[in-house]
Amino acid sequence: MISSAEFVLLSPEILMAAGALLLLMYGVFAGDRVSGTANLVGMIYCIIAAFLVWQMPDQRQYYLNGFLVHDSFASYVKVVVLLGSALALFMADAYARRHSIARPELAVLIMLAALGMMLMISAHDLLSLYMALELQALALYVLAAFQRDRLASSEAGLKYFVLGALSSGLMLYGMSLLYGSFGSTDYLVLASSLSQGGALPMPVLFGLVFVCAAMAFKVSAVPFHMWAPDVYQGAPTPVTAYFAAAPKVAAMAVFARLLLEPLMGAFNDWQQIIIFLSLASMILGGFAAITQTNIKRLMAYSSIAHVGYGLVGLAAGTAEGLQGLLVYLAIYFLNTLGTFAVILCLRHNGTAVENLSDLKGLSKTRPLLALALTINMFSLAGVPPLAGFFGKFYVFMAAAEAQLIWLALVGLLMSAVACYYYIRIVKLVYFDEPDHGTDAVSEIGLRAVIAISAGYMVLFCVAPQPIIGTALEAARGLLLR
Amino acid sequence: MLSVPDILAVFSPLLMAAVVGLGNRHVGDKAAQVLTCAGMVVALLASVFLFYDVAVLGHVRTMVLAPWVITEGMQVNWALRFDTLTVVMLLVVNGVSTMVHFYSCGYMSHDKSIPRFMAYLSLFTFFMLMLVTADNLLQLFFGWEGVGLASYLLINFWYHKESANDASMKAFLVNRVGDFGFLLGIFACFQLFGSIQFADIFAGAAQLADARFDFLGMELPALTTTCLLLFIGAMGKSAQLGLHTWLPDAMEGPTPVSALIHAATMVTAGVFMVARLSPMFEFAPFALQVVTIVGALTAIVAATIGMTQFDIKRVIAYSTMSQLGYMFFALGVSAYSAGIFHLMTHAFFKALLFLGAGSVIHALDGQQDMRYMGGIWRKIPATYVMMWVGSLALAGVGIPGLFGMAGFYSKDIILEAAFAHHTWFGTMAFWLGIVCAYLTALYSWRLLIMTFHGTPRMDHHTLEHAHESPWSMLGPLLPLAAGALLAGYVGYEFFVGHWRAEFWGEAIKVIDGQDAIENAHHVPTWVKWLPLVAALSGIATAYLFYERKPEWPAKVAKGAGVVYTLFFNKYYFDQIYAAVFVRPAQFLGRFFWHTGDGKLIDAFGPDGVAGAVVRVAKKIGPLQTGYVYHYAFVMVLGVALLLTWFSVRG
Repeated sequence: MISSAEFVLLSPEILMAAGALLLLMYGVFAGDRVSGTANLVGMIYCIIAAFLVWQMPDQRQYYLNGFLVHDSFASYVKVVVLLGSALALFMADAYARRHSIARPELAVLIMLAALGMMLMISAHDLLSLYMALELQALALYVLAAFQRDRLASSEAGLKYFVLGALSSGLMLYGMSLLYGSFGSTDYLVLASSLSQGGALPMPVLFGLVFVCAAMAFKVSAVPFHMWAPDVYQGAPTPVTAYFAAAPKVAAMAVFARLLLEPLMGAFNDWQQIIIFLSLASMILGGFAAITQTNIKRLMAYSSIAHVGYGLVGLAAGTAEGLQGLLVYLAIYFLNTLGTFAVILCLRHNGTAVENLSDLKGLSKTRPLLALALTINMFSLAGVPPLAGFFGKFYVFMAAAEAQLIWLALVGLLMSAVACYYYIRIVKLVYFDEPDHGTDAVSEIGLRAVIAISAGYMVLFCVAPQPIIGTALEAARGLLLR
Repeated sequence: MLSVPDILAVFSPLLMAAVVGLGNRHVGDKAAQVLTCAGMVVALLASVFLFYDVAVLGHVRTMVLAPWVITEGMQVNWALRFDTLTVVMLLVVNGVSTMVHFYSCGYMSHDKSIPRFMAYLSLFTFFMLMLVTADNLLQLFFGWEGVGLASYLLINFWYHKESANDASMKAFLVNRVGDFGFLLGIFACFQLFGSIQFADIFAGAAQLADARFDFLGMELPALTTTCLLLFIGAMGKSAQLGLHTWLPDAMEGPTPVSALIHAATMVTAGVFMVARLSPMFEFAPFALQVVTIVGALTAIVAATIGMTQFDIKRVIAYSTMSQLGYMFFALGVSAYSAGIFHLMTHAFFKALLFLGAGSVIHALDGQQDMRYMGGIWRKIPATYVMMWVGSLALAGVGIPGLFGMAGFYSKDIILEAAFAHHTWFGTMAFWLGIVCAYLTALYSWRLLIMTFHGTPRMDHHTLEHAHESPWSMLGPLLPLAAGALLAGYVGYEFFVGHWRAEFWGEAIKVIDGQDAIENAHHVPTWVKWLPLVAALSGIATAYLFYERKPEWPAKVAKGAGVVYTLFFNKYYFDQIYAAVFVRPAQFLGRFFWHTGDGKLIDAFGPDGVAGAVVRVAKKIGPLQTGYVYHYAFVMVLGVALLLTWFSVRG
């Protein structure tokens, strides 16, 4: 039986689950015309859940027989994920209506995905982790194919599903190897068994590799990234925005918890894997983005590169590294949402455009939009004093302090390469002549997200302490018990 | 302790420069003129008060404003040091600057950028004030560089003129050479005294008179080396022989600028610096010897060049350089107070001459070449009178024992001090100075006669329109003319006469027994009369050559041949510098630019890397085939790779 204390800890998840089911029923009975209401309600649910998570106490507590854990780390990431979900819903509303995919299921799926993410962030057992991962993954597969009458969208959903199934298989195989070696799926048991010291037996190492490979797929780290460009391009743009924001943050957090809690005893081994993933992602993401002509595809490679930067922090394996990763995620999700909001605004005679050449001369037709895009691009490139700089700064600092200076240096060099494609967009926007006009934007959702993200990027440097301090607390909540 | 006049005297020009300069067009022309002039009047009144307070009542003080540089072993403050030397300079700087501000309102009335001009003028004044109130070498250097900057901006004020661009850059670069010496001097001071505060330096100089530096295996006399390095700085700023080439070119700037910066104040900064550091120079006799020789040579070289030039402003510029030479050899023979005395009187009559020349140029619609002037004294009588007063003061005409123009007193005391020094270089400076006095009178009256007398040589149209300048331009000339008339007579007893000990107090130091001023009062009578005789014969020669027998100068020039060509071409300094320094530097620059930067660094650096990046990017793109089985294959490959790594690693 669930105790009342557990009920309180579980209340955000219960709220999201009940809300998703209620909305589903409402949608079934009321039909597609209530999609706007559904989106609004979904957004409110996410915000309330975020609030509930935010005001929970900091100390660590296990619940549901140790299947789940609550700590400051979980709270931090859940708030980011829920806010990301809420903003994605806010943005999606107008797009959905214009592209005849205005159905209440969108809100339901996003809420279910968010629920899955919340659970996997809190998961403290390989079984609960797998369940939660599948819950969010299934919701995401459907979301990718949401615009089902469009070939690209269906293709994206299918590719994502097939490859996702492969990664699930890898995950399960790795988990079974770990279970076979230690006789338990509980994180505490795994951690204590692994901390005995000595060289790890081969089955444990293989299990580690399989689990890491599956998680690398979830965060789209090279060489498990191949799905990302196709899915990003094919999925409806608001869904792409959502993919780049919330699931990426959640998956990175899960990856971090998995490595730093049960598998911390194998630090010397998994550090090599993470460094490899990080290097490959930074380098491939940086170079491949240069030749792209589609903005969404470019953002896919950009997100791959950013995963590489985030993994630099994880490779450090210290509280500072985790803090850097958390700061990075909190900045990146809003940065990418803001960029996608601008992309959603790019319409010519009512049809959405998504090629880089469509950005030409945006400053002349839509100066404020151009400014917001420029701010976001400079922030993604990590130009001080914008927020993106601080994300990179903390991650690279942590790596340097953990004797990984060369990794930080590669990160810096690849940031310089990445500047090329970010700033090329600024060049297109400000220095080229427009080929055609751009429609005016009236949707409150898009305008709000653009304003929030641009303002956040600019003003972060004024008062960075709340985010940085909270991130440090969250990192300590996970690492220093 | 803060005191209001102290602050106002220095900072009101800065305030107005900031308001007018930053406001620029929003302030408007009229307001810009009123504000900057008001700022200067306030500063002038404050400095009159300070002069009374410090020089007369003897309230010498140093006011610390704020800490500036604090490091291990060194603390430097922003401070205002007020002693007699400072307040004399305050009065000169603020006085001349105020007159130039007023004059500029008229002279620049047709210019498009009046606020910019007025702001630069005020900014210059502020930097000059920082320079003279410094109580340490760093603040002195701050002001030093600041006036250099203002000078650069003002020479280049008409930036659309290429000659102005070139002149401003030349001024800046030549001054950099001097500044480098100055900086080394400051470093040497810090090395020697462990401090760059004047108080510490002055207190330690006597003990360190025999100290030595080790430099590249050479053992150098420390104090002499330091003083010579500092003197190189002074040579640059004060256009002494060798580093003088920028000054004549600086006449590209508007005439008020020439009057304020390149005659009355900035170029005298070097003189001020040496006088300020007199407690140090006094213990470096060899350095003083160098100062004397350089000063005397500068005086004679500039005077000979000035005699042959035709641009009215350039003649006065060379005259300035020559007079600066006088000031330096006065310093060199330990007659610091005589040098400062001449600095003060010179500021009045040289500003007067420049502004008068500006009035002539104004009247003749921008004409500066004296060969196209002449016969206009009836058209611009007020300017004519002013130029006479200025020239009389410059030539040093007077009746001994009764009354004389400003230069009469200050130049004579310098020459007497040089004579009384009784060293070979002092005597050399004296005789060169006498020749210079003759030449000074000669080129001054040559200028007067060519400009105002004889037959008009300008075109008909210009002659018709020649007109007297407005009162806004003539008005400011009156106080300057009064100064040219009276400054010597009034100041004599204070600066170099009976009351000089009380007047200067601690500001200037002369070792006992070396008091050149005291000795100067006991020279033979013929020494006292000789400068006057030289000046009068100079005037007579000019009258004869240019008024009576206008065909003679050309004949003499032809007869003198090589010598005349040498003078006329300014001793070929510019050509020699171009060949030795400028062209090799340009060659090196071009080599590093084209070959070093372009072919090496760019090709292998930015361009090479960028090219490589694009090639890599193009290769990576096609990896993304779009086939799910390719993607799955890559994933499995990744897993296999990691597994292999862990297996092989063991």
